[in-house]
Amino acid sequence: MTDNVNKSRRNLLISTSAVGVIGAGFAAVPFIKSWLPSERAKAAGSPVKTDISKIEPGQMINVLWRGQPVFIVNRTDKQMSVLDSLTDRLKDPDDDTSIQPDYIDNKYRAKRNNLLVVIGICTHLGCSPKYYPDLVPQSFDSEWQGGFYCPCHNSRFDISGRVYKGSPASRNLDIPPYAFLDDNIIEIGTDGGTA
Amino acid sequence: MGKIASSRTKNSSGIMDWFNHRLPVTQFYKDHLSEYYAPKNFNFWYFFGSLALLVLVNQIVTGIWLTMHYKPDAAQAFGMVEYIMRDVPWGWLIRYLHTTGASAFFVVIYLHMFRGLLYGSYKKPRELIWVFGMIIYVALMAEAFMGYVLPWGNMSYWGAKVITQLFAAVPWVGDALVEWVRGDYLISDATLNRFFALHVVALPLVILILVVLHLAALHTVGSNNPEGVDIKKHKDENGVPKDGIPFHPYYTVKDIFGVGMFLLIFLFIVFVKPDMGGLFLEHDNYVPADPSSTPDHIKPVWYFTPFYAMLRAVPDMQMGALIMALAIVVLFFLPWLDRSPVKSIRYRRWPYKIMLSLFAITFVVLGWLGMQAGSELQKLMAQILTGFYFFYFVWLFFYSRNETYHEVPERIEK
Repeated sequence: MTDNVNKSRRNLLISTSAVGVIGAGFAAVPFIKSWLPSERAKAAGSPVKTDISKIEPGQMINVLWRGQPVFIVNRTDKQMSVLDSLTDRLKDPDDDTSIQPDYIDNKYRAKRNNLLVVIGICTHLGCSPKYYPDLVPQSFDSEWQGGFYCPCHNSRFDISGRVYKGSPASRNLDIPPYAFLDDNIIEIGTDGGTA
Repeated sequence: MGKIASSRTKNSSGIMDWFNHRLPVTQFYKDHLSEYYAPKNFNFWYFFGSLALLVLVNQIVTGIWLTMHYKPDAAQAFGMVEYIMRDVPWGWLIRYLHTTGASAFFVVIYLHMFRGLLYGSYKKPRELIWVFGMIIYVALMAEAFMGYVLPWGNMSYWGAKVITQLFAAVPWVGDALVEWVRGDYLISDATLNRFFALHVVALPLVILILVVLHLAALHTVGSNNPEGVDIKKHKDENGVPKDGIPFHPYYTVKDIFGVGMFLLIFLFIVFVKPDMGGLFLEHDNYVPADPSSTPDHIKPVWYFTPFYAMLRAVPDMQMGALIMALAIVVLFFLPWLDRSPVKSIRYRRWPYKIMLSLFAITFVVLGWLGMQAGSELQKLMAQILTGFYFFYFVWLFFYSRNETYHEVPERIEK
């Protein structure tokens, strides 16, 4: 049989198939790309402004930015006093893998030391952690030092949003870009303004 | 052959003859029903294949009816489900048939798969049947997950978030992949809309084609049986297996009995306890989707919980996702991991019986653990059991190579 192969016909067969496969590949592109975020979705992520003067010490408010919760906590001195002692219990105290603006330090992780602004989405699988401010033993941590606890998969974060060792999450809570427009107004989603 | 010729002549002037010259209807009927010879010793475990077909039909019919009243719109979806429940005539029944059907599907499929483990139905020459079955199982999980998102309750929303976030575990392209799947930077209307398209059109088509392939492969090699012996080795002068009986009427009648028993239980749940105490329909999903508040205790529906427990047991996201994926992938290779020539558990010795029992118990306990809030002790248990889940396959691979077993009879004796 192989002796009777018509070489030019065979080559035509192969090149036709190859062109067909390449064509199918190109035809698939619009169908795959159609799944990407639409122009409308891209345009929806504008910054949001919030008044922070009404947040009592120790209290947290929840602001929606780009459809995700942003936690703003007015931390007390007592809450912040434990931050230095936690280093050994944290996965990434130096913020090596954190997603945050450059102006964020690795202890307070904030522009104003007392005011924590973090994206309230667990870096594990995207649940929203709960705020457990009190430094009292909890069922999930007998030496609880205040912070955030994710009920989905038991990730624990300190009051600066830094993840504890033994949590399934491996990254500290993300920090969005934000700026203070004046003493009382914060804008989330922009870098500008004065600190 | 003589039989076929005689029946041909009998129909030669009828309407069937007209059809048979254009489409071999009679031949198809014979090949797959009246002259498909199945082993004569099918037992309780053999109900679940036909029951899976029944539930599939139920899901398709009730699903079509639900789409007539539902809108895949993030602003309206939750309200549409309430509308179906309260205002649409018989809407509550159609929806409960669909939601209970989803859980029933997995009950039936898990028992159907366990039957395969008991009697070695995945072994040569039925490897392909098992592989098609596994692909159906995976497609069914995707189908169930996306269906669960459609009511747009708070568990729908956060469940969708957690499951799509799993794609972030893929190296390099993870985050881009998550965005591509969601069609937005977060779970949104775009996500709901595409999940609707996949749930009602794409995946049902895929599942139907796979079911046809599963059955075609089965009818090519013939059914296994509780004895695990090959009935095709002993045929009578007409080429009919001596230990075989025609599927119709013998097994159609048996399966109708199975359907009756199944419907008794199924409809009891539909009418009396459709949420199954939060197991089939979760309480937190009666709250509309809220992007700013995660339910206190988030968990998937029961049929995913064994894998969810494995995911949670690993204190690292990428590893956890990998372990969970491997737990499913390893099942595909079962026909090649079990190297014993003996199919049925009836002729295997105690080590296999004990290990298979422990494996089944492990799967069930993992399922229970996946529903719990997750204390330290439960986490430890989940880690040990996840280890055993994988150890079972490693053990099986080495044990089955030189396994000693009881002598397998030539024919089905009873």
